Amino acid sequence: MKDNNNRILEVKNLKKYFNLRSGFLSHRSAGSIKAVDDISFYIKKGETFGLVGESGCGKSTTSRVILRLTNPTSGQALYNGNDIFKMNNRQMFNTRRDIQIIFQDPYASLSPRMTVGDIIGEPLEIHRIGDKKIRRKKVKELLKTVGLNPEHINRYPHEFSGGQRQRIGIARALALTPKLILCDEPVSALDVSVQVQILNLMNSLQKEFDLTYLFIAHDLSVVKHVSNRVAVMYLGKIVEVAESKDLYEKPLHPYTMGLLSAVPIPDPEVERKRKRIILQGDVPSPISPPNGCRFNPRCPNAQEICSREEPELKKHAISSAEGHLAACFFAGKPI
Amino acid sequence: MDLQQNNKILEVKNLKTYFFTDGGVVKAVDGVSFDLNVMETLGIVGETGSGKSVTALSILRLIKQPPGKIVEGEILFKGRNILDMNIKELQDFRGNRISMIFQDPMTSLNPVFTIGNQIMEAIIAHRNVDKKTAKQESLKLLEMVGIPDLKRRFNSYPHEFSGGMRQRAMIAMAIANSPNILIADEPTTALDVTIQAQILELMHELKEKTKSSIIIITHDLGVVAKYADRVMVMYAGKTVEFSDVDTIFYKPCHPYTLGLMKSITRLDEAKREHLKPIEGNPPSLIDLPRGCIFRVRCKYAIDKCKNILPPLLEIEKGHFTSCIRAEEFLSGSLKRKK
Repeated sequence: MKDNNNRILEVKNLKKYFNLRSGFLSHRSAGSIKAVDDISFYIKKGETFGLVGESGCGKSTTSRVILRLTNPTSGQALYNGNDIFKMNNRQMFNTRRDIQIIFQDPYASLSPRMTVGDIIGEPLEIHRIGDKKIRRKKVKELLKTVGLNPEHINRYPHEFSGGQRQRIGIARALALTPKLILCDEPVSALDVSVQVQILNLMNSLQKEFDLTYLFIAHDLSVVKHVSNRVAVMYLGKIVEVAESKDLYEKPLHPYTMGLLSAVPIPDPEVERKRKRIILQGDVPSPISPPNGCRFNPRCPNAQEICSREEPELKKHAISSAEGHLAACFFAGKPI
Repeated sequence: MDLQQNNKILEVKNLKTYFFTDGGVVKAVDGVSFDLNVMETLGIVGETGSGKSVTALSILRLIKQPPGKIVEGEILFKGRNILDMNIKELQDFRGNRISMIFQDPMTSLNPVFTIGNQIMEAIIAHRNVDKKTAKQESLKLLEMVGIPDLKRRFNSYPHEFSGGMRQRAMIAMAIANSPNILIADEPTTALDVTIQAQILELMHELKEKTKSSIIIITHDLGVVAKYADRVMVMYAGKTVEFSDVDTIFYKPCHPYTLGLMKSITRLDEAKREHLKPIEGNPPSLIDLPRGCIFRVRCKYAIDKCKNILPPLLEIEKGHFTSCIRAEEFLSGSLKRKK
């Protein structure tokens, strides 16, 4: 048996379907959106696990389900071995101290009517930690930790820039000294130079507080720089998962290859020599995903079997790397 | 060189566009100069609020007045100052000689008209043709930009299109009158990675085919490296550096460009423990610092920077920059920090 003790989170066969109604007042079901359709992965203690994919692939839904901000259709999410989906309110309340979330949009995720002190102090208040004075002291410390001026405790979010707001969001997530932080596109709304500031901050906090991150993003180069392991999602499925180095150097799934190839590299000489493969077509609707492999209509390697059978996410002989899984019948074949 | 001179299709000289608000004068564009050659792709890069979009809107005189106003400068299209045109001339000019595509294709298409209708409108506005010819032309354009199932798609509404298809339709509209210049303001920012690549490739092909020029505004330096011939870097409303793409990437002489190059994450590079950010935040455009605008964030700032607002100078042929220490970078006497 492999040792599973160092797995802080393990997601098994997670499904989340959103039902569609056929009309505004009708209760008849008109099918469902399979936002997350049977995915499994685990996150090791202390690592950063990257989850990448294009819009609508289900990566944000995954993070929301893990925190039970929306309920799963089926599946398990084991936090230190305990199923989050089976917890009662009391247990869930305690678990939420350990699992926090940072949102994408630092403009929408902070209440404009609350001061920074109230925003960061709210989790402490809800969990009844310390008295007012202690909480205020703690908030000031947190502001300092994330690189903001503690004197600004009485200011409102609109007085801060995007990067500073994201720091406030991070401070709020840190308030309860969590173990695991779900980061949902934490830097994609920020400018390049500010992105790097936030990534560096997250990196040093991880070391200081022994944090584990689930890092969700669509920017492959950002994910590469922060993640130890990466999973690629397409239309509600994980198509490939591997150590970051293996995934970027030797991708096995044609979608991963196409995704990597689509990103232009900020170096004119490299770009002139590089041959790019551009995936054709659009991402199909998750309401009626294609039969067989979901990627088959856009896949340059697709054969007859691909539209008939669904490939399972498994290890392939072509890659010797530990834990490198791909869901493709022709894994490793160049596109 | 006469030939070089004739090659210039657009010249922007010391453009200043201010917005007069209750809170004060916002100097959104405050001294931008560049030129554009025939068949060239020019990249404009800079952070949010650096004045990239306002520059583009100023070229087409789409600045809402009040509160905005172009207070100074010249915009020469084939030698003719756009700022001197009257309304009639301007209407003939916009969408005809220079056209624009925007970041968000959903908000820039009209939801109550079909795609075909909107493309036909662009054709009829500028050319003396009947509806039938306009329709044929529109179908041809939609085919050119790679819309499948033409006949049906012609009668579709924008909401029936995916993001990538909408942007294709926008491009069809923009090139309907074969303009000399296409301005694309963050054309792919709202799109997914694989769709981004498709759209950029399409724009590049069309440019080659129609022998036009492109101004592409973006914050993605990868896109710039791939498609731009020359690059203008903007900071707080000003041109801080302007040169060919290789110089900008390999021999930048303005500390801001330098910082930008150092802060980017690259897909073809090993994981780095610590990335090098540009510390601090961009200044408020209402209350710009005295002296050099980048001074407070600059690692190379010296005392002199406090007093002098450095002008944009040509430090070597075709390489413009606004830093008083640029010559030192160029000669190598000031080393670029690792």
